[in-house]
This record gives sequence, structure tokens and C-alpha cells, in this order.
Amino acid sequence: MQWESWAAFWHMGGAAPFVWGSYGVTAALIVAELVLVIRRRKDTVTRLLRWRRALGKNGVE
Amino acid sequence: MLSAFLAVLRRDLLLAWRGRADLLVTLAFFVVVVCLFPFGVGAETNQLRAIAPGVLWVAALLASLLALHRLFAQDHADGTLEQLLLSSEPAVLWVLAKICAFWLTTGLPLVLAAPALALLFDIEEGALPVLTLSLALGTPILALLGAVGAALTLGVRGGGMLLALLVLPLYVPVLIFGAGAVEAWLGGSGAAAHLLLLGGGLAGALALAPWACAAALRIAME
Amino acid sequence: MTTPSRAVTRNPEGILRFAAPQQFYPLAGTLAPWFAQAAAVLTAIGLYIGFFVAPTDFQQGEVYRVIFIHVPAAWMSMLIYLVMAFWAAVGLVLNTRLSFIMCQALAPTGAMFCFLALWTGALWGKPTWGTYWVWDARLTSQLLLLFLYFGFIALTRAIEDPRRADRAGAIIALVGAVNVPIIYFSVQWWNTLHQGASVSLTKAPSMATTMLAGMLVMALAAWMYAIAVALWRVRALILERERHTEWVGEVLEAEGRAR
Repeated sequence: MQWESWAAFWHMGGAAPFVWGSYGVTAALIVAELVLVIRRRKDTVTRLLRWRRALGKNGVE
Repeated sequence: MLSAFLAVLRRDLLLAWRGRADLLVTLAFFVVVVCLFPFGVGAETNQLRAIAPGVLWVAALLASLLALHRLFAQDHADGTLEQLLLSSEPAVLWVLAKICAFWLTTGLPLVLAAPALALLFDIEEGALPVLTLSLALGTPILALLGAVGAALTLGVRGGGMLLALLVLPLYVPVLIFGAGAVEAWLGGSGAAAHLLLLGGGLAGALALAPWACAAALRIAME
Repeated sequence: MTTPSRAVTRNPEGILRFAAPQQFYPLAGTLAPWFAQAAAVLTAIGLYIGFFVAPTDFQQGEVYRVIFIHVPAAWMSMLIYLVMAFWAAVGLVLNTRLSFIMCQALAPTGAMFCFLALWTGALWGKPTWGTYWVWDARLTSQLLLLFLYFGFIALTRAIEDPRRADRAGAIIALVGAVNVPIIYFSVQWWNTLHQGASVSLTKAPSMATTMLAGMLVMALAAWMYAIAVALWRVRALILERERHTEWVGEVLEAEGRAR
């Protein structure tokens, strides 16, 4: 084990802002991308369903 | 083959001559941008000398970028482009002719004006031929690469900004070698290597860009 | 129901059959969660190695631990651009719609990795070189690569006709790929002449094995993640593109009932 305590781990030998700044932004971007990608497919499905039903009602296929 | 090339070249030059006020705008833009820099960075002679190659090159690059939208827009609007694509002549040929005409009308004036502007920055006179030569080799590359971007963004909304975004990263090597040639000469190491690389770049762009541009035009007109 | 079966027989057998969007859509749906899980597991292992097994660097201290995301992100950003150029070429030559869709599905992820490489590089640079940014060849080319990604994404989004957007995007991806080595070479040349940055950016040559292992595991995790996200994005794009077909109608109705 590299660290004496969790506090030492979070302190990162004084480089905490740089290390956690890097990992934090990475994690945030990855989560954001995943949310966007999953939501995009759901939105597409909802939109296309509505579009199809509108087409069906008008009797145009 | 050659006659088609010359016909398109002549036609475009003639059209450019008729709308020569537009061409002067490009040149005026170049001059004004170059003259802005001393106001921004101060008129200290040594500093001006140091930034002169870069300033002239960046201004020439921006001026040729701003002119790019004219390359195909008019022909796109009046249907000439469609006619040309339908004709039996190979597209690469007349695309190249159009780019040549474009460079002769927008790039060449910049090349000719640059030495005079360089004097405003108190550049050593010996460097003027190097500057002119670097621009003469570099601006055709800008026109060739820009033509691909212009063809891709033809008729697209927000085309102007998009064109800049597409083309500017591709212009970086030209800028590096062009401005670098003058700086290398001023630094005493000789500009031959830079100019040779620019020449190589021009040959490469001449060989590849017209094909890409013709393909992009075909896609745009489908 | 006759249309889909005809589509299947018209397509070649074997692996190539998945070049049809209709075949690829369910395949992507099955594969994506597996890749995502692999990415999660590998990230956990990589982070464990990176933070708890790899020793403190004797020169840089703890800050070097940024390497476990910095280097994989930089690799991925370049690799994804190459893969995009590959799909662009395949699409232009073989005229397969799916290749263009793949190309566009990869771009945002590539841009994200490219940004992350720059961001983590800046945060790593500050404590080690004393500055967030140097105009070094590697950093500058990475920045230009980000601009190339932006250009590609902006172009494909701005063109409304999907057929034209596909092909125009493919051309700019290929033009960019041809230019990437030229840009790198020119920037390096420029950098050696100007000699502005006196810091040597070469990574410590005697990297501990555990450091290298952590980095490679994280790189593998980034691969898995990129594949998973691209597959998910491909699914949305396929639905959008193929919305006029019978099979998409069936997929949509099934999804609608499930809700």
C-alpha cells in the first residue's frame, strides 16, 4: 500500500489540485457523454414514435 | 483538354476583371490588417522588425481566407457549376483552372503588395525577395487547400465561419514554413530549406487538392 | 415483412452481413453493454494499480499519476482520428452507409479525449514545468487535432442532407488525416528553430513496470469505453437515418410498448 492514511491519499503529496483536477474533469466529461448518448437514443425513439403516429393518423405511409 | 482549362481560366479572369472592386477589397483588407499591428504592439522599431514576417504572413492568410467564399459561390448561384459538372471535360481540369484564376486575382496582388508593406516594418531590404518568394509559393497552397473547404461548405448555412474552422488548422504548416523562411534568412541560416519545403508542399497540394475539390463539388451538387 | 428478408438475401453472408444497418442495430445493442462493462472493470483495475500499486515517482512525486489518464487520452484521440479516416475511406470506396455513421459516431468521443489530453497535460505541466502550456510540438499538434475534430463535427452537423453530410465529412476527415503528419512535422521543425521551450518533455525513460502496467490497462479501458459509446451513438444515428423503413417501425413500436 502506498498511502499512510486516506488523508495522505487525498493530499497527493501536495499535488491534489492537479491530480484531482485532471481525474475530476475526466470523470465529469465521461459521465456527461454517457448521459448525453443514452438520452439521445431515447429522445430519438420518442421523437420518431410521435412522427410515425402523426404519419399514421394522416393516412400517409 | 488544355483548351478547356484555358477557356475556364479566361472566363474567370474576365469575370474577376469586371468585378474588380471586389478584388480591391481583399487587398485593402490585407493592408489594413497589417497596419493595425503597430497600434496593437507599439511602434518600437526592433519589435516591429521581429514580428514583421509573422504579421505579413498571418494577414495574407486571413485575406485569402476571406476571399475564398467567392471561389464557387457565384457559379453555384447561376448554375454554371452544374453545367461544368455535367460536361464531358474532366472536373479536375476546370477545378484547377478556377483555382488558378482565383489565385491570380486574389493571391498575386497580396504577393506584390507584401514587400511594400514590409518596408513599413523596417525589414532589411535583402529579406524582401525571400518574403515575396515565400508568399508566391505559399499563397497558391492556401488557395488549393481553401478550395477544398469552399467546395465542402458550398451553400451550407453559416458557411463562412465553418470554412474558417475547417481550413485554418490546415494552413498552419504553410504559415510556419512561409514566415519561417523570412525569419531564417534574417537569422542568417538561409531560407533555402523552408522554400524547398514550401515548393514541395505546393507540388503535393497541386497533385491532391484538385481531386479532393472536384469530389467535394460533386458531393455538394448531388 | 417481405422487404427485410429481401434485404438480407441481397447482402453477403458472414461477417459482412452486419454492414447492413438493420443487422448492425441489434448487434450494437448486444455488444455495447459488454464493452461498457469491460471498460468499467478495466478502469477499476487500472486506477487501483495507478493509485495503490505504482510507487511514487522519485523525480515528480505524486503528480505523475495524471499519466494514467493523460497518455491513454492522447493515444485515443489520435487513434480515433485514424479510425475515422479509415471508415471515411471505406465509405467513399464501398459506398456503405454504416461506415459514414461509424465515422460520425466516433468524432465526439475523439474530440473529448483530445480535450482531456490537453486539459490533463496542462494540469500536469504546471507543477512539473512551472507553466500550464508550452508551445511544444506535441502539445501544439494535439491542439490542432482538436480543431480538426471541431471542423469535422461542425461540418457534418451544418449540412442537412445526410447523404451530403456523410460524404463531405468523409472528405474532410481524409484531408485532415493526410495533414496530421505534415502538421506534426512542421510544428516540430518550428519548435526546434524557436527553441522557446527549454523543458524536455520526454517521459521518464526508466518507468517502473507497475506504472507502465497501469497506463496500459487504462489505455485498454479507454478503448472499451470508446467502442461502447460509439456503438450506442451508432444506434441512435441508425434509427434516425432509417426511420422510413419497416424494421425501424417495428423497433420503435416494440420500444413504445415497453415504456
